[in-house]
Amino acid sequence: MSAKTSGAKIGTYQVIGTRPIRHDGVEKVTGRALYGADLQMAGLLHGRVLRSPHAHARILSIDASAALSMPGVKAVVTTADFPGSGNRVADLGEGTIKVRDLCANVLAGEKALYRGHAIAGVAATTPQVASEALKRIRVEYEVLPPVMDVLEAMKPGAPILQPDLRTEDLGEKGSTPTNVAKHLRFEKGDIAQGFREAERIFEEEFKTSMVHQGYIEPHNGTALWNPGGELTIWTSTQGAFTVRDQVATMLDVPVSRVKVVPMEIGGGFGGKIPVYLEPVAALLSRKTGRPVKLLMDRTEVFEGTGPTPGTVIRVKMGARKDGRITAAQAWLAYEAGAFAGSPVVCGMMCIFAPYDVAHQLIDGYDVLLNKPKTAPYRAPGATSAAFATETVLDQISEWAGIDPMKIRRLNGAKEGTRRVDGLVYPRIGYLETVEAACGHPHWTADIEKLPSPQAHTVSTKAHRANLLHGRGVASGFWFNIGLKSSCMASVNPDGTVCLVEGSTDIGGTRTSVAMQLAEVLGISAEDVKPQVVDTNTVGYTDVTGGSRVTFATGLAAIEAARQIERQMIDRAAALWEVKPGDVEVSRGCYRLRAGGKSLTFKELSGKLSDCGGPVVTQVTVDADKHGVGCGFATHVVDVEVDADTGKVTILRYTATQDVGKAIHPAYVEGQIQGGVAQGIGWALNEEYYYDLQGRMQNSSFLDYRMPTALDLPMIEAVLVEVPNPGHPFGVRGVGEVPIVPPPAAIANAISRAIGTRLRTLPMSPARVLEAILKRSR
Amino acid sequence: MKEIAYAAPRTLSEAVHLLSERGPRARVLAGGTDLIVQLRENTLSRRLGGLDPDTIVDVKNIPELTQLVCDPVSGLTIGAAVCCSRIYEDRAVAQHYPCIVDSASLIGSVQIQNRASFGGNLCNASPAADGIPPLVVLKAMLRVVGRNGSRTLPVTDFCTGPGRTVLIPGEVLVSIHVPPPRPRSGARYLRFIPRNEMDIAVVGVASMLELEADLSTIRDAGICLAAVAPTPILVTEAAQALIGKKATPEVFEAAAEASRKAAKPITDMRGEEWQRRHLCGVLTVRTLEDAFHRARGR
Amino acid sequence: MKSHLTFELNGEATETFCEPRQSLLEVLRDELKLTGSKEGCNNGNCGACSVLLDGRVVNSCIVFGLEAQGRKVTTIEGLAEGGTLHPLQQKFLEHAALQCGICTPGFLVAAKALLDVHPHPTEAQARAWLAGNLCRCTGYDKIIRAVLDAAPSASGGK
Repeated sequence: MSAKTSGAKIGTYQVIGTRPIRHDGVEKVTGRALYGADLQMAGLLHGRVLRSPHAHARILSIDASAALSMPGVKAVVTTADFPGSGNRVADLGEGTIKVRDLCANVLAGEKALYRGHAIAGVAATTPQVASEALKRIRVEYEVLPPVMDVLEAMKPGAPILQPDLRTEDLGEKGSTPTNVAKHLRFEKGDIAQGFREAERIFEEEFKTSMVHQGYIEPHNGTALWNPGGELTIWTSTQGAFTVRDQVATMLDVPVSRVKVVPMEIGGGFGGKIPVYLEPVAALLSRKTGRPVKLLMDRTEVFEGTGPTPGTVIRVKMGARKDGRITAAQAWLAYEAGAFAGSPVVCGMMCIFAPYDVAHQLIDGYDVLLNKPKTAPYRAPGATSAAFATETVLDQISEWAGIDPMKIRRLNGAKEGTRRVDGLVYPRIGYLETVEAACGHPHWTADIEKLPSPQAHTVSTKAHRANLLHGRGVASGFWFNIGLKSSCMASVNPDGTVCLVEGSTDIGGTRTSVAMQLAEVLGISAEDVKPQVVDTNTVGYTDVTGGSRVTFATGLAAIEAARQIERQMIDRAAALWEVKPGDVEVSRGCYRLRAGGKSLTFKELSGKLSDCGGPVVTQVTVDADKHGVGCGFATHVVDVEVDADTGKVTILRYTATQDVGKAIHPAYVEGQIQGGVAQGIGWALNEEYYYDLQGRMQNSSFLDYRMPTALDLPMIEAVLVEVPNPGHPFGVRGVGEVPIVPPPAAIANAISRAIGTRLRTLPMSPARVLEAILKRSR
Repeated sequence: MKEIAYAAPRTLSEAVHLLSERGPRARVLAGGTDLIVQLRENTLSRRLGGLDPDTIVDVKNIPELTQLVCDPVSGLTIGAAVCCSRIYEDRAVAQHYPCIVDSASLIGSVQIQNRASFGGNLCNASPAADGIPPLVVLKAMLRVVGRNGSRTLPVTDFCTGPGRTVLIPGEVLVSIHVPPPRPRSGARYLRFIPRNEMDIAVVGVASMLELEADLSTIRDAGICLAAVAPTPILVTEAAQALIGKKATPEVFEAAAEASRKAAKPITDMRGEEWQRRHLCGVLTVRTLEDAFHRARGR
Repeated sequence: MKSHLTFELNGEATETFCEPRQSLLEVLRDELKLTGSKEGCNNGNCGACSVLLDGRVVNSCIVFGLEAQGRKVTTIEGLAEGGTLHPLQQKFLEHAALQCGICTPGFLVAAKALLDVHPHPTEAQARAWLAGNLCRCTGYDKIIRAVLDAAPSASGGK
């Protein structure tokens, strides 16, 4: 698209900044919206997946004959049904992966590498028969010792997951078998010099547990591979095109043979970018000639799909007594899971990103172990990194006797600061988030010590003396991404505009994109009819991820609107028999410059058949060329710690964030509130709890313990608007940053409350209690 | 595919007949919050010694199992299939048996409370059952009916281990009888969970205190711990530490110490051994304080 | 062998056949094609499948279909009456109380049960009542606001 930024000007909007009802809302509140599992089809077969009960085992043989002889069982597939895949590489939108790994994660190859690893798929006439058939598939395993801890996995002599893996060590290939897939380094300045300049050096180690995205809708996938060789897939995904590309790559068929129909998606947070069931459904459909639907249950989701890594992070920071940070060094080891590809590089980019530190050295390791292959999860890699940095910064703030806001003000990154990976910040709003937090009444208020609405379940006689209170602050960063988006728009005779897009709508982007089109055309949000369509119907569009849709698909919609406007000017000119240059347009009203004649967008739409026929346009953008706006946030939290039990209650939460420009403020607030809630869960209770054999013990919503409505207060989202210069309306991605600060902010608050620091996530009641009891000893 | 039969008898004798006829493969369905999940996850056969269940006997149409009668003179009778919400919505129960309401109102969610029953809680015999400790400290009796007639037993004798009870094939738990509240008595149930709802108890403690006329000397006491042993345990040492003493923080602490000693917890995904032991003490004190206030308020 | 099942579904006499081991959720979704009730966990821990059974909110994944025999079931599809959204549905839209929308039907059904019992709930009551419904997108803030805001119109309006 052209980079011109004419049209609407910042600050004078009619649609942007309002809160219209989302276009898909009625369908969703009436239970009519169709998600992947809701699909019905004549002749549909139901599939189930057999999964490894072992965390690490060689697969000696698979015998499906007993299953296949059951009435109603139609087909069984294993990894042998994939065509030879070689060492090709596929791009999933948020990182690349080897095709061989992709196939082996979908259906295990020679080894089962984690408990829950898919071994075989079965298709049958009913889900019950399919489940029963799983029990009849005989798999002979040679059980191998698993390695479940990232530091153990890095040691020489650790059980090796993939015998042919060699470390890619700062660009050099290693020579011995290992679990360390990669060692990366970012460097800026002279770290030794930085530490020489310090008056005190802080060095701490942090551990975080593997956690899951926790979307409420389990994965699903339905496939029909017709005898003509055309494969159609219906699935709930963050990216129909990435499903198409991954499936085509794995099945070694041209992308033109694969059509992906995105169903409504019940949450993803990054976890619905990889494919799991779709290729299995496709293979089963090819064998049976019938449509096959696969659904996961909750245990399969926990055990068999991508969580975000557990980490070990060491941070060393040097500071002067005046609060200035002189050096920042970090060592990050991230659990990749069973295949390479943890977001350690993102963690490295983000770990010191909010701060202007001259001397930095960051080493990162991507480490395999016998856990599910990790997938993106909201600001992948950044939350654990911020937990470490923001805790150490809080220690520096205490040591220097400088207020946490002031120390951020003193060291905060701004326009022109160079990030450790090389990027020089354009206009960013980090310091503005600090000022907003500082100026918010929360920051100066007394901690509200009255029982919070969610605290009614404790004893009727309150044990006030043992309730400790603390306030914590932390900041966070996410770089956001651009990538490619396409859309089409057509004008209806009644003055509405159909907007066809490729971005699956995970939380209201139909509306936030439509609003941008409406703003340019001077029509109402309701007069745009957005629709998310299949991969054959719209141009290539990257995943709904990286906080990109409102930014990038928004850019496409803005350009589509401009093209429509230009065509409408031409039509008005034709109608009035003048030159297009004689027509001017303002807020959807087309006027003859000379005066006398005017038509609204709606009126003109009704006359299109008299002056050239329908107005239609299509656009594709490469949004990275426009300048992705980085996202920053600063959060303030008040906690109450029951010193007798170690239980932490969140009393009050305020999140300030630079959102660039909030197109639909309610959904921007919603992104922030949701991210904070996930961050709170990560901070306090969520974790993969394994036994010694590497079996997850808490693979249910009962024991995984995501926050309920009773565990959270209202979450105040403060929208700070520092427009992104790379977007006509100033949009920045908003979805990911809000999960980054909570664990650190809560850790800092707990430290203020109990007088000792926790450096391990989750800060569960047992861990907090242990810290309290140790302190008082 | 194994077939399963569903029956919803309208009389107790019909139910007993069915259960006797089908043997251990027949399972009683009350609220179903445990049974249906176990059936789906194939974890029932372990309890049945490798047998798959083949008959579901829904007892919610049987009057004896769905009665809820609260009478200050004769006591409280809870049909085994009465759901938690019916119990806590009953004003008389709330007035006379607040400790039972404590427990009924914190089991699961509202959705669960509309299904789960105290009878089911007993028969499922989870070590962490929230429904059992209050019944233990309130000295409830259970009525069981089988082929050979009916028997009555104290609640403390019912659970024999995780998922195991004294019921023999063909028997059904019909009702729970809680004696009328003693004057100047009070009881309280609290549990510790990491979240504020939905979790299984890390530790649960019910305490009952009966006071002398001076409203400070303890005449009788009962403390029951859950989730720290294979079955809920009545801590007689804790009661002994209390009976005959004035209710003071020191005396409550002595009871807490007895609770910590009596607990035999394990470490699992829901809690650490040391943490559970510690919480036994904390919750013993907290429930005693609340029970004391309730006893004085009566 | 399938059994015959008759019950009142969203105000209409309904009959179908189902396997005894099928849950009410499976009967609604697979036999009656009412897919508004969602499966999130299939063991009573997320509330996405909430329906009203004789007016009480339950997780339909842990109710046998045959238990509905002769009883009244209300699902999300029965919430709007005569082409008009229920006030809760309207308030969820106005407050942007949904993002992905998968938990929304369950929340609406549970919230209706709440307002039927407590027409003017406090925030604490609403949070306690809805704690059996997991939402991973919203942090519950806007859901609670929508429910509290729907209270007067839901009780007074209809």
